Amino acid sequence: MLEGVTKTYGTREVLRVDRLSLTGGQVHGVMGPSGAGKSTLLRLLNMLETPTAGRILYRGRDVNRHRPRLELQRRMATVFQKPVLFDGTVYDNVAYGLRVRGVRGPEIRKKVTDTLRAVGLEQLEKERVRTLSGGEAQRVALARALVLEPDVLLLDEPTSNLDPQNVALFEELIRSASSRRGTTVILVTHNVFQARRLADTVVFVHEGRVVEDGPAAGVFRSPRDERTKAFIHGEMIY
Amino acid sequence: MVQAFVLVVNRDPAMMQIIWLSLQVSGLAILLAALGGIPLGTWLGMRPAHRVRWPALIIYTFMGLPPVLVGLLVYLLISSQGPFGVLDLLFTPAAMVIAQTMLALPIVAGLTMTAVRGKDREIRDTAVSLGANGRQVALTVIREARVAIVGAVVAGLGRALAEVGAVMMVGGNIEGQTRVMTTAIVLETRRGNFEMAIGLGMVLLALAFLINALLYRLQGVTQD
Repeated sequence: MLEGVTKTYGTREVLRVDRLSLTGGQVHGVMGPSGAGKSTLLRLLNMLETPTAGRILYRGRDVNRHRPRLELQRRMATVFQKPVLFDGTVYDNVAYGLRVRGVRGPEIRKKVTDTLRAVGLEQLEKERVRTLSGGEAQRVALARALVLEPDVLLLDEPTSNLDPQNVALFEELIRSASSRRGTTVILVTHNVFQARRLADTVVFVHEGRVVEDGPAAGVFRSPRDERTKAFIHGEMIY
Repeated sequence: MVQAFVLVVNRDPAMMQIIWLSLQVSGLAILLAALGGIPLGTWLGMRPAHRVRWPALIIYTFMGLPPVLVGLLVYLLISSQGPFGVLDLLFTPAAMVIAQTMLALPIVAGLTMTAVRGKDREIRDTAVSLGANGRQVALTVIREARVAIVGAVVAGLGRALAEVGAVMMVGGNIEGQTRVMTTAIVLETRRGNFEMAIGLGMVLLALAFLINALLYRLQGVTQD
């Protein structure tokens, strides 16, 4: 839940959200044209940025006042548009989040192996990440997030650079995480078709404001706001 | 030239003593500079540039500090009239280590800061989003920037090994005690003992080559 949240860089206000509720266990599609403030919203949600004003509540607790902060951060995992993999092997990368949590021994091996199998990369376990293709690298980034079994999975346009086959696999994994584990997924995308396929609810952001949000079916069928309608119908130039 | 080569090949005892002391003094100095400079540079590199403008400016200034000025400062601090005079460090290898550390530390810290700043944002965001705490994030950033950080340490070592003014002032160039390669080269040249001076120069050059070859190999291993 976001209440009166604003984010300002210098004198420029890039985001203002009066009130936004994101229900747990659902896939929330955050849509909008480039530069609308979607990624800023995501960076506020995953605590990489703090709001200039307002509160972000997670299960009733203000995330920016909650201590230890790390305890909340470790319930979330993020996949960015550009996969930043650490130098090393595929295994090392997928194991990273578990290692920093102190997971060791057979448990870490089992989790990493299972997750690599789920994303179809078990045969690349020992490969150096610099040898991977773009699609493989993004799947490693997704595996690195999924292996943590997060309560909240944040995805910042994760498929924008992928081929259709990888996009389909990605979407299947996102659906599976949400339906099997009850993971809350926040998917930032400017791909209307992807939001239609995946999202339970849609948040439409335009020029730093949430102009419409609600159940995906309703928003896509009969958007209330003209800007949302233009975006959905591909009439918005961005 | 041939005689100089013979001195090196025959491992002339006086020459070996000077080389060994040089390696000890500069080795310890770069170790201390790395222990201080890498965490300092990482800390500065991970903070927004506008918040660490002054410390960064000071470090950049110190990177180009004239060695004789450092020699003078250390001399004033450890001379019998200085605040640390009671420690009786003047004209000892310890004084030379202090001077070389002061020269190498800004280089290690400054270049580490630049290396970390170049890597930081995306690496830090990714590590944080995967649940790393502050220390784990810093270690991850250092690991990702390690080739450039090793380069910073090598540059610092080069500065320490090649330095002459400061160690001359605080070490005194005492035979068998504080005479290192650079100060010995100056002395032997003045004396007209060019064989020894050229021999030491060859060793210094060989050391510089070895250190850079090691760095080059390390970069190759990491980037292949």
